[in-house]
Order: sequence, then structure tokens, then C-alpha cells
Amino acid sequence: MDEAAARDIIVEKLKGKKGKSKFYLKDFYAFFPEEKPRTVKKLVNTMVSEGTLEYWSSGSTTLIGLKGVGKQAHAEDED
Amino acid sequence: MAKHETPLLDQLESGPWPSFVSDIKQEAENRAKNANNVEFQVKQDVCEDILGVLELSYKHGRTHWKHGGIVGVFGYGGGVIGRYCDQPEMFPGVAHFHTIRVNQPAGKFYNTEWLRNLCDLWEFRGSGITNMHGSTGDIVFLGTVTEQLEEIFFELTHKHGQDLGGSGSNLRTPSDCIGEARCEYACYDTQALCHFLTNEYQDELHRPAFPYKFKFKFDGCPNCCVASIARSDMSFIGTWRDDIQVDQEAVAAYVGGEFPPNAGAHKDGNWGPFDIQKEVIDLCPTDCMKYEDGKLEINNKECTRCMHCINVMPRALKKGKETGLSILVGAKAPILDGAQMGSLLVPFVKVEEPYEEITEVIEAIWDWWMEEGKNRERLGELIKRQGFQAMLDAVGIDPVPQHVKEPRSNPYIFWKEDEVPGGWQRDVNEFRKYHQR
Ligand code: SF4
Ligand code: SF4
Repeated sequence: MDEAAARDIIVEKLKGKKGKSKFYLKDFYAFFPEEKPRTVKKLVNTMVSEGTLEYWSSGSTTLIGLKGVGKQAHAEDED
Repeated sequence: MAKHETPLLDQLESGPWPSFVSDIKQEAENRAKNANNVEFQVKQDVCEDILGVLELSYKHGRTHWKHGGIVGVFGYGGGVIGRYCDQPEMFPGVAHFHTIRVNQPAGKFYNTEWLRNLCDLWEFRGSGITNMHGSTGDIVFLGTVTEQLEEIFFELTHKHGQDLGGSGSNLRTPSDCIGEARCEYACYDTQALCHFLTNEYQDELHRPAFPYKFKFKFDGCPNCCVASIARSDMSFIGTWRDDIQVDQEAVAAYVGGEFPPNAGAHKDGNWGPFDIQKEVIDLCPTDCMKYEDGKLEINNKECTRCMHCINVMPRALKKGKETGLSILVGAKAPILDGAQMGSLLVPFVKVEEPYEEITEVIEAIWDWWMEEGKNRERLGELIKRQGFQAMLDAVGIDPVPQHVKEPRSNPYIFWKEDEVPGGWQRDVNEFRKYHQR
């Protein structure tokens, strides 16, 4: 997988999903049907540590979205 | 006087058991006094506000906590659970009240100094309220503010050699029984394996990797002190494959009343003299024991390693010498359709470093679940949805009789065409030579 291209695909796909800011890891697998889930997982986690994406956790499940997008981030910044 | 009136909570203190309400009140008082001059980094009256918001919840019959959020520490996707109060004006001390999960040491062994250090850290940078231990075994720190998270994480990792546990769609903090450290029943070194796998799967533990949570638990024997068979997606239970070791003289000593059964656990009750027939032989779930002419016999082929006879007469009966573990998969607490116990996947594997036979199974299971599992579908639910056999195929394990749960009502495992000589096709003429129409 071309990593740079894959990063762009992830950002584009997420931006394209109107009205939704948080995604399951599985949604990311679906962007790259040819890749092993484990490879996609690694890239997504790297993009979080680089600051492009961020985690949202309910405690039992983790969702992932573009950093700063969506309700929870807003609510937190308000404090 | 208390900051908030709490008549409903006060009632919880009136029962015979120690109450968490009294504990929180005690910590509220400690913080108010502040005998050690701690420079509290969250509000000094945080515990008062915990009591206040709880009282309000009891009054309203609904929660005033919102949980979930983006809080966490850098590079980690688990270990911190965001929690906020929806009445921050009334209870400013708990406006942010995040939970931190601290990875418990293997077997939950720690010394008092280490524990005191953790508590000091938590008093300084959190509410001082802990939960020892959470259901996955973690040491749970209840209640701090977002700004303190990185500080706490730094001190935990740099000063106390301590890491965060798992949460979210991660591998959860692996948890084990005390095992060989103190227990003669242990069939493998639970702590060594738990520690090894915790280190081996750091990435899965700290960053989301799966469709949902995944739990490992390690029990040294089928007594299952950490309830791995009921509470973990993958359960590692110590077992043996040779015979139970029997010391006939010690059996006689139990029968003769010299040794108290169950190591004396029931000696305070008036149960009458020990009756080996009633208390051991008749309770063996597979009916594989007999006691005749002063001699105990076990048909080990039928024994399911339930541990009952060994628990009752530990001085007379011991686990076999050839020990290892069984791997079971798919247990979970009730979520969608009820609680589920683990199903046996690998009947016996020796537990030897570098544990490759074990990690191979783990990774094969994960690959299958990551591919096939739906969002928020636990491994046990996927096994139910696709079938045990689909899992066996995916992980490359051949069916063995132990996989068949109920041979007569539910064969469970089916032949595939390529496993049958000649496949599904047959030569009718050849068949007719032997069978009339
Ligand atoms: S599970 Fe077995 S080995 Fe582990 S502590 Fe309990 S009795 Fe001992
Ligand atoms: S361990 Fe359980 S099944 Fe095995 S002989 Fe003892 S009582 Fe019977």
C-alpha cells in the first residue's frame, strides 16, 4: 500500500461523509478492501499519533474521526 | 457540615456491610482536613460533589454522568475514559471526572509502599477515590480533570514503572490468578504467561485494534479464580493430560477424620463426619470415581478435570504431572443475547517459552475476528453467528471430539466434500452391487 496515498484517501473519505464525524475501525478497512485489517489499523493509529485523526471512546468502544471535527471536541473546547 | 444533604445515600450506610458511601465521606473529610498539606490538583471538595451528584441521581432515578469523549494520553487509545457531569454548576468538583485504568501487576501482587505511592499520586492529581479492582482487574482511579491526564501518565510510567490498562476496542488488561506464586493447584505459571502476553501485545492493548473489546484471562487450574471461562473472549485454563495423583493413605486419613475435608473450610458448620461417597464420589460430574474396600479409583479417561475431588481432599489428590493449559474462546457477560461461557478450542497445549503455540492461536483468532466481526460484535457472538466450524476453518484447527458439545442432539462439526473419499459423488452401479433397490 502506498502510505501517502492511503492517508489522502482516509482524509478524503472522512470529509466526504456528511453528518457523521466518528467512525468504527471497520469503516476504515472498507476503504482498503485489498489490505489486511492489521495494516489499516496500524496506519489509522499512526495518523492519530500524528494528529490528523483522533480517538473518541465511550469506554467500551472506540470510534475514530478527523481531529477537531464533531460534537465532543466542541463540547470539550468550551470548558 | 456536609456540603450537600444526602439522606438517601445515608441509608446505604445503615446495612450490615461496609458502604462505599462511608468510604467517600471519609475521603471527603480527609481532603477537608488535608493533614499532609497536599496541593490538590482537582477541587478539594470533589468527594462532596460525588456524594451530591449521586444523591441527585437517586432522587431523580436517572444518571447525571455523561460518558465518553476524546480524552486520553498521547499515543494511547485506551486506559482513560472520559466522564462529565451534566450538572456542572451544582457540582463543579465533578464537572470533569475522568476514569484512569491502571494495569494491575500480574496476579495483583504489590507491596504496601507501591500501593501507598499510587494512592499519594491519586490524592494529589485526582479525587483520591479508587476502585480496587475493576472487573478486568485494573486498578481504577475514579475522577480527575483533563489537564491532569498527561501528568498522571508521566508519573505512573516514569516514577512508578506502571502502565495504563486497556479500554475501548482494545485488548483489555490481561488478568491472571495468583498461580504458582501461592497455589499448589496451578498447572502453569499464569503470571509469566500474563506478563509475556501483556508485553507482546502492547500495541493491541494501547490502541484500538478490533471490532470491540477483547479480554484474555489466565487461570492456573479449572477452579477458575479469575472466572476466565465466563468472562474472557479467550480463556487460558490450566489442566493436565495424565492421571490425577492419588495418595491412598491420605485418602484413608480423610475417611478416618484425621484430615478435615476442603482444607477445613467448612469446619465451623455441623456437617457430621466426612462421607467420601456422598461428598466426593457421588458429586463427580462424570461418575468416574469409586471407593471400594478402602481404595479410591479414578477412571481418568472420563475425568473432566472439574477439580471437585481435589478441592475436597487436597492432601490425597493432586493434579497430574503432565501439565499445560486449555484454550477456550467466546465467553462474555450478558450483552445482546445473554451470558455465554467459553467453548473449548485447544484441549491441551504445553506452556513453554516462547509460547509460540499460544500466540499462533491468538493471532489466527484475531485475524478472523477482525475480518469477519461486525462493529461491536464480541468474538463469542461471531462464533454463534458463523458457527464454531467456520472459526475452526479460519484458524486452521482440525475438529477433535472435544469440540463437540452435544454429540447426540447437535453434531456441530460437519464433513466437507474434500474430506470424504470420493466426495459427494458415488458410483451407483458399485453401490448397487451391495445394496438392493
Ligand atoms: S485458578 Fe486454580 S491455580 Fe489459580 S489461584 Fe485459583 S485454584 Fe489456584
Ligand atoms: S476432577 Fe472432577 S471429574 Fe475428575 S475425578 Fe475429580 S470429581 Fe471427577
